[in-house]
Amino acid sequence: MTIPPRLRRLLRLRRDLLYLAAGVLPHLLTAPLFFWAAVLTGQTLAGTSSDAPVILSVPLTLLVAAGYGLTEAQRWRFRALCGVELPRLGFRRARRQFGYHFLVGPLLGGLELLLLALLSAGIAASTVLIWIWTVPWQWRIGHPGYSTQAAYVTALGLLALAAVPPLAAGLVRLEDLVGRAVLGVSRSDELERRVEDLTESRAGAVDAADAERRRIERDLHDGAQQRLVSLALNLGLAKATLTDLPPEVKDVIDAAHREAKDAIEELNSLVRGLHPAVLDELGLDAALSGLAARAPLPVRLRVDLPERAAAPVEAVAYFVVSEALTNVAKHARDATRAEVTVTRLGGILRVVIADDGAGGADASRGSGLKGLAQRVRSVDGTFRMSSPVGGPTMMRVELPCPM
Amino acid sequence: MPDVSSAVVAGGTAGRSAVIAEDSVLLRIGLVKVLEMAGFTVVAEAGDAEELLAAVAAHRPDLAVVDVRMPPGFTDEGVRAALSIRRERPGTAVLMLSQYVEERYAADLLATHTSGVGYLLKQRVADVEEFIEALRRVADGGTALDPQVVAQLLVRRASDPMERLTGREREVLALMAEGRSNAGIAAQLVVSESAVAKHINSILTKLDLPVADADHRRVLAVLRFLGVG
Repeated sequence: MTIPPRLRRLLRLRRDLLYLAAGVLPHLLTAPLFFWAAVLTGQTLAGTSSDAPVILSVPLTLLVAAGYGLTEAQRWRFRALCGVELPRLGFRRARRQFGYHFLVGPLLGGLELLLLALLSAGIAASTVLIWIWTVPWQWRIGHPGYSTQAAYVTALGLLALAAVPPLAAGLVRLEDLVGRAVLGVSRSDELERRVEDLTESRAGAVDAADAERRRIERDLHDGAQQRLVSLALNLGLAKATLTDLPPEVKDVIDAAHREAKDAIEELNSLVRGLHPAVLDELGLDAALSGLAARAPLPVRLRVDLPERAAAPVEAVAYFVVSEALTNVAKHARDATRAEVTVTRLGGILRVVIADDGAGGADASRGSGLKGLAQRVRSVDGTFRMSSPVGGPTMMRVELPCPM
Repeated sequence: MPDVSSAVVAGGTAGRSAVIAEDSVLLRIGLVKVLEMAGFTVVAEAGDAEELLAAVAAHRPDLAVVDVRMPPGFTDEGVRAALSIRRERPGTAVLMLSQYVEERYAADLLATHTSGVGYLLKQRVADVEEFIEALRRVADGGTALDPQVVAQLLVRRASDPMERLTGREREVLALMAEGRSNAGIAAQLVVSESAVAKHINSILTKLDLPVADADHRRVLAVLRFLGVG
């Protein structure tokens, strides 16, 4: 449902006026307290009243209470009527709270009062031709030019009323700015909170992605992989037992058998790229030796970890080595050997992959390396690669890994 | 293609009993067929480690074919069950099947005894003839290690003596570690048996291993070198 623009303006005006009207009391409440305190101070100094010093404590206490308590009132007003969320300050930032309620507040309250007065005056003036009929007729007889004057007054009133909406909107804006600047969070606080939020949500996203990879791995293991093995086994049985078949049929069975085995191989390597079960069960060392053994070139693997790293870090380290070795196999065709070293230096897990290929690899090209760098960044790691033309190529990844 | 149905089934394994532990029913049915083809009598089928241990206690089979990942945890239930079988009934041959090579499991298993033990990738069952050969070898007290297991163990032990080996010698060593005979290695590499023997001598010399003639002792030597024997 759409709201017609005219009605929207009206609703907005109503909200602004309510917001400003609700501000009068909390903004001006401290003024009479100040006045009272000033009078009592004067009396104390002049010595005209012996009770004054004692009673003085009452407005002072009330002022302190107002300095803190009014913040809550303002928070409610900002949230309910303006949709702005101010932080709960409690007793923190006393200077800002007191400054707002004692200095800024009364000024804003005065402006609010003026605006409300303008509104009332406008309403009264613009309707003068209506309510003038309630004035006794003798008065009208005595003031023969009243209708001309009344017309002027009506025009002025209408002008005043026309000025109310923009003025109210302006004042709301001003209060919003001032309120947020003084009572709101500072920019650095806001950034700090935002960084905290983002860090948390990113860790959540990383965990969720890991969990999803595990789930897919598990599903494939329980489902498709078992089925494919069973299929290949049955085809193997057919091959072994049905020996008196015509050669064409044998060829077909043979081909199907080969296809099934290739499919298993492909699915296995897909699953290994996801998140191998062995990584969770036995850790990085065991999972990496699997990768190293399957690499098409000799890989020397050295894993020196006193204890297991956090699961997301292990997953990223595994992915790094997996991608790097795939890259070596794909691009560094002239490489004859590779070396993978995983060590832990304090709170840093360092993974170094080197090969003796011809070099010239470019990290900014190729989706594999880009994805690798992204995943490293997802756990605040750093990724560096040096691959001069002529080799050797060395990839160094450091992942923060709290002890 | 050789006529395996007669060649394989005619092996002298008739009358030997086996149990299967595999949680995938589909695969279990296929495995039963292969085992029967190899001449084993399947006396029990188990869906998890507990059932397997109970079946082994009840039937005292000659061979147990065990999946590594089984309910309830789907981690290493099969390996732990296999280790306990090896401890309590060392005479039972155990062949582990695994979706992936998990070398530490293989190493754990081989650390107990190196006779009558096998560790193969699940997908190897599809090559029925070779799988039957492996089943028999393990049941006969031999070893059957998946080429990938061997490769992985070699990565782990990529120490200096290994670098003295030539590429061909590495291949021969890997096949040796799988538990193959000289004839088997020769057939695989398409070379003569005498060439294989020469390679083996060279390997054993380079690795400072005593020369031994029995297949099994060679495997022991290789495994010891790999650090799991």
